[in-house]
Amino acid sequence: MGNRCAIIGVGQTHYTTKRRDVSMAGLVREAALRALEDAGLTWKDIDAVVIGKAPDLFEGVMMPESYLADALGASGKPMMRVHTAGSVGGSTALVGASLIQGGVHDRVLVVAFEKQSESNATWALSTHLPFSASLVVGAGGYFAPHIREYIRRSGAPEHIGHLVAVKDRQNALKNPYAHLKIQGINQKMVESTPMLWEPIRYLDTCPSSDGACAMVLSAEDKITDSTPAWVLGTAMRSEPISRADRDTVSPQAGKDCAADVYRQAGITDPRREIDVAEVYVPFSWYEPMWLENLGFAAEGEGWKLTESGATALDGDIPWNASGGVLSSNPIGASGLIRFAEAALQVRGMAGEHQVDGARRALGHAYGGGAQFFAMWMVGSDKP
Amino acid sequence: MTVEARNLEARYVLEFPGGYTRTTGPVIGRFLTELRDGRIVGVRTAEGRTLVPPLEYDPATGDAVTEEFVEVGPAGTVESWSWVHAPRKAHPLDRPFAWALIRLDGADTALVHAVDAGDVKSMRPGLRVRPRWRAERTGHITDIESFVPDVTKIVSVVRSEYVVKPGLALARFLEGVAEGVFIGGRCGSCHKVYVPYRTTCPECGVAITEEVVLPDTGTITTFAINNLPDPRAPEVPFVSAYILLDGSDLPMIALVGEIAAHEVRQGMRVRAVWVPEEERTTSMSNIKWFAPTGEPDAEL
Repeated sequence: MGNRCAIIGVGQTHYTTKRRDVSMAGLVREAALRALEDAGLTWKDIDAVVIGKAPDLFEGVMMPESYLADALGASGKPMMRVHTAGSVGGSTALVGASLIQGGVHDRVLVVAFEKQSESNATWALSTHLPFSASLVVGAGGYFAPHIREYIRRSGAPEHIGHLVAVKDRQNALKNPYAHLKIQGINQKMVESTPMLWEPIRYLDTCPSSDGACAMVLSAEDKITDSTPAWVLGTAMRSEPISRADRDTVSPQAGKDCAADVYRQAGITDPRREIDVAEVYVPFSWYEPMWLENLGFAAEGEGWKLTESGATALDGDIPWNASGGVLSSNPIGASGLIRFAEAALQVRGMAGEHQVDGARRALGHAYGGGAQFFAMWMVGSDKP
Repeated sequence: MTVEARNLEARYVLEFPGGYTRTTGPVIGRFLTELRDGRIVGVRTAEGRTLVPPLEYDPATGDAVTEEFVEVGPAGTVESWSWVHAPRKAHPLDRPFAWALIRLDGADTALVHAVDAGDVKSMRPGLRVRPRWRAERTGHITDIESFVPDVTKIVSVVRSEYVVKPGLALARFLEGVAEGVFIGGRCGSCHKVYVPYRTTCPECGVAITEEVVLPDTGTITTFAINNLPDPRAPEVPFVSAYILLDGSDLPMIALVGEIAAHEVRQGMRVRAVWVPEEERTTSMSNIKWFAPTGEPDAEL
């Protein structure tokens, strides 16, 4: 795993449908400056900047890394862009961490963003090429069949997805940065929203958000007075989207990625040994699906864990205490937010949605057709 | 002869020739003089508030105002507004606009003026606006033609044009589709059959050389019922399904038709419905959709 890496600063913007008041540069600076402030540092203390965002067609800005270099204080410093679709935020943190762990840099600023309001993600994801048939279905239409297959295999009752949709939005009410704040959210409300891509209803999906998230990562001997979170393990995996025998419900790459990150962090029983998890759940049903994929429950049993309330803020293994992707989704940043929220939890700085005594947290992101995975384990104690 | 005068009418204009004069007094006069110079001023009250437009007295106390004039704006914030859908002749603009209460920066009171916002949807309390001045000014409130919203966004047209070639593998597959058959490829190493035809195995990484002609029947492994309309997509609700063609190892995504969306099942047996031969091209649009065969469902 190399040298120790600490998270010493976290910064987020408030997530919302349209940030009409800031440019893209202003948006990423807002998150970056808050992360620097948290770390007690300034631009000049940063050695390198790593930026991540979803595909360029989302905003129509080609090579945002070059456009944003000076906005992020990267003049005369290394700057690079990471690109792994929806998992990019997680991958961005991991590339930053690897620069510390490899001894290349002492302090790295990682930033991820999306300004979804500048365009339309469904359009950007559905630019069908000639010769193919036009089946514009967006991300929801893509993932709905895999959810349906999960329900068939596991025999999960219909309301499980709605439980997650409610639970994550209740958590969001405690997170000042969360986008969706639905007072009095309940199962009936979710059930009364339109069916978009059966079995996914409107409130089973994530919003479209503008926002940015940033972290300052540091080598052990360069940490500041801020409370550090320590990186206990990092892993990325990918797999071909079209492969015979590919399990689209519980992809092998996800299982392998989890096994790798747990091995590094010395985790053998994630349900018992992890205190809180921030997992990429853009459609409510992905909570039970990922509970199984990440080894928190046996195959076919994830929905029972959700149903039992174990993943609620007051459960024994809270998932998405921040409200998760279901409550805030600036796509390119969504993975980094998971990683940042995991760090905030073990730093004891998650405010109202703090899980008491959280010492070990998982940050998770997935992307593409569930073919890219990025995860990290962070802890309050130095490894 | 009988005179009927009950319905008589005549046009009558009451207008003082040349128009009345209005002596401005020192306060309004200063305001209008500054307007003519392209500036907006307010007057300070004894209590230190800035009235815009200025008055000779403080309307709150009745006291005379001070002699201190302060330049305000030119930008300001809309406090409240009313949209005029159909402007009349006397209105300052010949297109729909808003009458708005605008508090100019540095002022303590709001000024009524027109906002040329283009669309009612652009109007909101808090909207930042600036004056659009007339080139020829005379010292009148209409020296400001209207207020206009600040520039908050621009439109950036991004357009790339490509010539797309299908490549060897897809071209071969499309040749089959043009003839009404599905061509797949069998990996020599893992023996899996991929459709559409491809030249490498994603699992083994080896070249695929063996072509397989597959039947146009298969099984729906799973599917989505799409209810979200999109101009480029079929009419909703439509079913996009993963269909495992008989003899293949990887499902294809295709439309399902000739059955109500809610009657589609996982395991349902389906067959491709081709467009008539004379309409076929080298494109996937040759396949209208897949329709149920009526056979018993397959085991998944």
